Amino acid sequence: MTTLAQRTTTTRSLWDLVRYRSGRAVLYVIVLALCIMFGFPIFWTLMSSLKTPQEMFAYPPVIIPQNFQWENYYQVLVIPRIPVQRWALNSTIIVVLGTVGTVVTASLVAYSFARFEYRGRNLLFIITLSTLMLPAQVTLIPQFVLFYNFGWVNTLLPLWVPLWFGGGAFAIFLMRQFLMTLPRDLDEAALIDGAGYFRIFWEILLPLCKPVLATLSIITMIDLWSDFLGPLIYLNSPEKFTVSVGLQFFNATPEVGGDPMQHLLMAACVLSMIPVIVVFFLGQRFFVQGIVMSGIKG
Amino acid sequence: MAVAQNRLDVPGTRRQKRSLLARIVGTHTKFQTTRALWGYLFVLPWVLGLIIFWGGPILVSAYYSLTAFELIGTPKWLGLDNYVRAFTRDSLFWPSMGRTFAFTAVYVPAAIIGALLLAIMLNQKLKGTNIYRTIFFMPHLIPAVALAVVWVFLLQPRLGPINSFLRDLGVENPPGWLASRGSALYSVILINVWAAVGGNTMLIFLAGLQGVPQELYEAADIDGAGWWSKFRNVTLPLLTPTIFFNVVLAIIASLKVFTTAWVATKGGPSYATWFFALHIYTEAFQYFRLGYASALAWVLAVILMFFTWVQVRFSRRWVHYEGG
Repeated sequence: MTTLAQRTTTTRSLWDLVRYRSGRAVLYVIVLALCIMFGFPIFWTLMSSLKTPQEMFAYPPVIIPQNFQWENYYQVLVIPRIPVQRWALNSTIIVVLGTVGTVVTASLVAYSFARFEYRGRNLLFIITLSTLMLPAQVTLIPQFVLFYNFGWVNTLLPLWVPLWFGGGAFAIFLMRQFLMTLPRDLDEAALIDGAGYFRIFWEILLPLCKPVLATLSIITMIDLWSDFLGPLIYLNSPEKFTVSVGLQFFNATPEVGGDPMQHLLMAACVLSMIPVIVVFFLGQRFFVQGIVMSGIKG
Repeated sequence: MAVAQNRLDVPGTRRQKRSLLARIVGTHTKFQTTRALWGYLFVLPWVLGLIIFWGGPILVSAYYSLTAFELIGTPKWLGLDNYVRAFTRDSLFWPSMGRTFAFTAVYVPAAIIGALLLAIMLNQKLKGTNIYRTIFFMPHLIPAVALAVVWVFLLQPRLGPINSFLRDLGVENPPGWLASRGSALYSVILINVWAAVGGNTMLIFLAGLQGVPQELYEAADIDGAGWWSKFRNVTLPLLTPTIFFNVVLAIIASLKVFTTAWVATKGGPSYATWFFALHIYTEAFQYFRLGYASALAWVLAVILMFFTWVQVRFSRRWVHYEGG
């Protein structure tokens, strides 16, 4: 009897094992299909950026070019009237100044929200969060008029200066959530030792915030690099464009020099992806953490 | 917290005379007052930012929406005429609004359910999960303009690789995608879902799934629950706050859809992808009808606020907070 019982359990677990294994196999097939679905367009762009113009328009379509035309990447940087290098520089200026502004001022404001008691603080915090719900379109037009009156249209200023005023509700919220998790004893001890409030922030709390500072920097950098609507509204001469607006300009006029340049357009697309992907890989851990933190606690 | 503690430490101070400054900032001792002033100092950049870039513009925008204003010159008072014009005389207003809602109606469920399924799959402890996660996330990282440019080529009706693939499969007349009036809207939705589904939404779901206590599944196992009833009765209820958060964000994002449509199709062909945000943009920054565009922006804002309010209100029926 015992042997029979044992045998049924073993056959049953064997059956379970087969079911489990085949279930897994199906899962792997699905995952692989999904990887192709998400990865193919990127792979195709990369391959297209290495094609000759003829291969770009060949029928039936060529997926992998016969010879990789690496010089496309050199050519895209020197096409007349398509100042790709200038666009990259403009985008970099906005990303650097905007990110520094966001990180510095948002953490200072978050410090105030997390550690100080004063009249109106909670109301102010609620107002801060409610700005997340308001569509940008409502403030866009008056902001444009404001910057127009400053004479800032067609300069990079409207795209980064506002970020030096607290960096936006999301940045403040993220920093505040993190600061709230640091023990208050740290501040109190430093205070007793005679440190001022700014020094407590700068020398004690900020160094402990490194992970969230990394998170915030990465998210801000990626957002600013990819932003389209802002630069589209404020910038109107090609040498002032950012990479995003430049790409759209290039896309709309791909035959500036006479020959079709779609293969170079693809190279430009790849170039526009590289900084974001590099930043993402360098800070993947922090990036994922930050998204998750804002989602779970939000 | 600190104030509460300090109050306990110095109970006598309540009766003492408070300086005017202390009354204004809502504190009791001199120490607290100094501290509060530092707090104000540190929050100052944001207060200025709120006034200059939010509060001021909101009021000004409300005023513009009641005027005719073309950037140069002074706004001319019109009363509610801009709104009347939008609702009755603007032939693009209702269609673009309807199109935006159609986009929302397809995009939000597709992106949410898709992201949830992807997250569940990544939560199965398959080998190489980190690689899959990164590949799913990639599209989300690509600048929206590059994405639109690339998809125009991919979906090119005659030479694009997707239609060529469909022809290889034996499809006689593959769709015209972005180039034809009937399918352009769906193509834009497809691109946006593709870009969003493996992005932040999926990561937030994944974290939510990983936060479900393992004991609950074990208890369900003992009760003999199958995978579906485990999903239906354990996973789903515990995920409702995450789903709620993601739905709110997806709706806000969908009502603002702009870049893909602007870059890929310029709102065409024959207005097939002319979304509300495109309408606002062209009125404001191509024709510089800033007064009328402000009115349009306000219509959008009111709709968005209404949506958010409805969701918060109905969330009580289906969102389950643990311990609450």
